[in-house]
Amino acid sequence: MEQRAKIKFSTKLFLGTILIYLIVAVFNFSLAQEAFINFLSMLVRIIPVLLIVFIIMIFTNLYFTKERANKYLGKNSGLKGWFYAMISGIIISGPPYILYPLLGEMKRKGVKDSLIAVFLFNRNVKIPFIPVMIYYFGLNFTIILSVYIVFFSILNGVIVSKFSSNKI
Amino acid sequence: MNKEINLKKAIFKSVDTMKGSLPIMFSILLLINLFNLFGKDYYSKIFSGNLISDSFIGAIAGSFSFGIPITSYIVGGELLKEGISLIAITAFIMTWTTVGVAMLPLESKYLGKRFAITRNLVNFIFSIIIAVLTVVTLRIF
Repeated sequence: MEQRAKIKFSTKLFLGTILIYLIVAVFNFSLAQEAFINFLSMLVRIIPVLLIVFIIMIFTNLYFTKERANKYLGKNSGLKGWFYAMISGIIISGPPYILYPLLGEMKRKGVKDSLIAVFLFNRNVKIPFIPVMIYYFGLNFTIILSVYIVFFSILNGVIVSKFSSNKI
Repeated sequence: MNKEINLKKAIFKSVDTMKGSLPIMFSILLLINLFNLFGKDYYSKIFSGNLISDSFIGAIAGSFSFGIPITSYIVGGELLKEGISLIAITAFIMTWTTVGVAMLPLESKYLGKRFAITRNLVNFIFSIIIAVLTVVTLRIF
């Protein structure tokens, strides 16, 4: 249900953007044209990177499924659960409106708040998208940021579980 | 046979993710290219280069945006070329994925209100700290 609503939103956003362009074009055609040409040249630059992302995405979706995450983050996962939460957050992709129902279901089955928080924080380190980050920000930046995200995800899990209902 | 089915599933899932993300990605990039033509001169006034204020503004912008992380990398990378500070972009990238104001009702529904509010607040603060630490560390190396 939510997925359908979200797709609707993205289509609305796209149509709204086209409408803004059309309005700008009516008043200042050359400005809209310049912006659109800039967009196209940006698109040409990022298409090869998007293709690499797509291929890596297929492999991660093939080998790291939601069922596996559920298995490793279960009630009795212990310390290993923290490790698996990190790895799952990094590897499993998907927009929040798909992940929240899944995580809600896992929470009902006994997965701790701390592990859910760790999982969600590590979503920012996405293996398939790393080529794009390196392309724009460089390898050093990508490594440093990723290390900080993984480190802070543990603190995040501890603090969130302390203040929410389900303790560590 | 099973492997074939799994591969097909993986391809469909990847296509689905891309298909859902592309309209948002394209819209944001189209809008950025349009606003860049208007706002280029104002960026330097909004982003002064101050570690804290730049990261705070970047974090606020990211908190109200959402989508898969790749969109934030592309948007952030393009804004960086326009002269916006790396610290603001880093905070923006961080909150894009870890803080979701628009998604708060949905997160509350499935994971609990208290969890959602605490997580988003902690993530907002952590995003600013991580942005500052990343840029400072990058300067050292």
